[in-house]
Amino acid sequence: MKTEEKVGIKSYAGYVPRYRIKPKEIGEVWGKDGENMGKGLRINSKSVPSPDEDVITIATQAARWAMERARIKGIDIGAIYVGSESHPYAVKPTATIVGAAIGATPLMTAADYEFACKAGTAGFQTCMGLVSSGMIKNGMAIGADTSQGAPGDALEYSAAAGGAAYIIGTEDILAEIKHTCSFTTDTPDFWRREGQKYPSHGGRFTGKPAYFKHITECTNNLMEESETVPDDYDYAVFHQPNGKFPAKVAKKLGFSKEQIDPGLLVTRIGNTYSGAVPLGLAATLDQTEPGDRILVTAYGSGAGCDSFDIEVTENIKKIKNDEVPTIQEVISDEEFIPYSIYAKFRRKIEGGH
Amino acid sequence: MRDVAIIGIGETQIGELWDKSLRELGIEAGLKAIRDAGVSGEEVDMLYVGNMSAGKLINQEHVAPMIADYAGLDDVPAVRIESGGASGGMALAEGYISVASGLDDIVVVGGAEKMTDVNDEEAKKILSSTADQEWETVCGATFDSLHAMMARYHMNKYGTTKEQLAEVIVKNHSNASKNPNAQYPREIPKNFVMNAPMVSDPLGMFDCAPLSDGGAAVVLCPAEYVDSYKGEPVKILGAGHGADHIALHDRREIGSMKATRIAAEKAFEHSKISPKDIDLAEVHDNYSISEIVAIEDLGFFKKGEGGQATEDGRTALNSEVSINTSGGLKAKGQPVGAVGINQAIEATIQLRGDAGDRQVEDARYGLTHNVGGTGASAVVHIFERWSE
Repeated sequence: MKTEEKVGIKSYAGYVPRYRIKPKEIGEVWGKDGENMGKGLRINSKSVPSPDEDVITIATQAARWAMERARIKGIDIGAIYVGSESHPYAVKPTATIVGAAIGATPLMTAADYEFACKAGTAGFQTCMGLVSSGMIKNGMAIGADTSQGAPGDALEYSAAAGGAAYIIGTEDILAEIKHTCSFTTDTPDFWRREGQKYPSHGGRFTGKPAYFKHITECTNNLMEESETVPDDYDYAVFHQPNGKFPAKVAKKLGFSKEQIDPGLLVTRIGNTYSGAVPLGLAATLDQTEPGDRILVTAYGSGAGCDSFDIEVTENIKKIKNDEVPTIQEVISDEEFIPYSIYAKFRRKIEGGH
Repeated sequence: MRDVAIIGIGETQIGELWDKSLRELGIEAGLKAIRDAGVSGEEVDMLYVGNMSAGKLINQEHVAPMIADYAGLDDVPAVRIESGGASGGMALAEGYISVASGLDDIVVVGGAEKMTDVNDEEAKKILSSTADQEWETVCGATFDSLHAMMARYHMNKYGTTKEQLAEVIVKNHSNASKNPNAQYPREIPKNFVMNAPMVSDPLGMFDCAPLSDGGAAVVLCPAEYVDSYKGEPVKILGAGHGADHIALHDRREIGSMKATRIAAEKAFEHSKISPKDIDLAEVHDNYSISEIVAIEDLGFFKKGEGGQATEDGRTALNSEVSINTSGGLKAKGQPVGAVGINQAIEATIQLRGDAGDRQVEDARYGLTHNVGGTGASAVVHIFERWSE
């Protein structure tokens, strides 16, 4: 898919809670070799939201920093889409609260998205359509999660929190989205039914027929449509449920370790679900120069992928300012906690407050 | 009793076959075998299907008529044979008996299992259900832990080491690297096996065979009719069944499987050859320890010397006796109900001389050994290269 009008990213920013827990610490509670599991998943630590943080606070912080970075006011935002699988309310949008918090309401449109880990990038595409058609001037797409992993489940070693916000528009763009495409199937690899506290997953089924198939197909389709090859890109960002999968899929598609490393945050902060690709892209943009090209493929269980072919413009030099932290600066502020505190923060202690 | 030959073989790739159902696996294997044999559907008198637990794994019972129906053989009587992990081998024995007895002429014996439609934990529980539910698994014993007890016993009594267990796995992966149908067609270094996450002490992750999807089938006919069909024949020289208590704690000892010893004794007696005549054997290596126990109980090595023999390379490809040239359950894969048929297919491929890089030189006699549960049932078949 390609828009007729030139469209792209006007600003971006990300936020990740400062608390961290190590796989070894989690494993000790469940009688597992957590350190070894961490090594297998290539996750050294994962982020943990504090009790007063949720998708709304994460999204709001990222949105505020994104506006500050490009000096865009709330009143100029015509749409907000917040993608997450951990919206605090089942019924009542996150996007309206974020909209109010950043001063974008009331003359705007807003909605929440859910598409497992790719709900954030689904918002990118919606905003691209709205701004390129002239319906709105600026659209904000946010991917954020405080993801859930059942105590003792394999997911507990990776499920983390974080998010990033993007302002999409047609003028003053710091990176042009030259192409995008999606690949969607009905694949039951990971799900959480209404009322369930923790998600279920298909174990090894989440690998080959789910993550790998969809990312490979979508990315190859994007490269075909945009007539590009891996070498045309300076960077690549793939969904990162753990450190192993993106490294493997990158290799399979012909991308190098150097291309994916800047956007590979999962080893330090875990899997931030809807926040994962938006944060990885933000960390990559933090170190790009005009002319750099980035390939992005987000994956969401259920299942589908969104791929983007992005080229950085001269404007990247203008918007980088000292008032908004880079992703590396954000994630460098870390405090390690034991499982007991983690259990309290994540409300796993019955009767606790 | 008539002499019986395998005249057709067919198997699917073994692995996590997410896009294939049980019926598709059965049909694919069956049609390949029928084509290989050169028989037509109308000629098939009977179908036996080895399957361990379709009821629990895919919620489908009555699988034999279902597979026959979808294969276009809806007029062919079809029966499922279940004996835990030995289901495939027991189905082959039934097919063998029905042809040898003169009751049937052309019999297709298939095996199929679809294990990846349930999660790993559920699949492990289902595998464990071939042990004694009332006295073992209900108390918390798993299939892994019961085999771990056998391994500990063997180590304590005979000095078998964890390194020797690892040698079984390294060898089987090496053999599987030469088998295109294997689930894990790659070599693995010994330190991978030694340092793998612990499953049940002393068995680590690599000491255990995987969960697999797969189908396999062979076509049997009376030896006197082989010239009527294009499939290259291999003779079934003999078969033997064995049995033991279902629960481990009821056995006289757990460093040996009585069921295997009896099945082997009968099969050798029936075949009029001895263990030293065997060139290759596919043995039931659902765990590393199982192979060591099996090669002793089958008579290839003295009791307690299986570990050392493996370490010394006496079971490697083209050594004293080539064990698990296919890669075995560990590396070729473990689609439980199909295993016994997969083993017979490997023996046939070897005795036809079609095994390529894993060919046992001048192979004349092959043996297959299939075990149910932790050893409550076992079946051994002996095959001979065809000679006019």
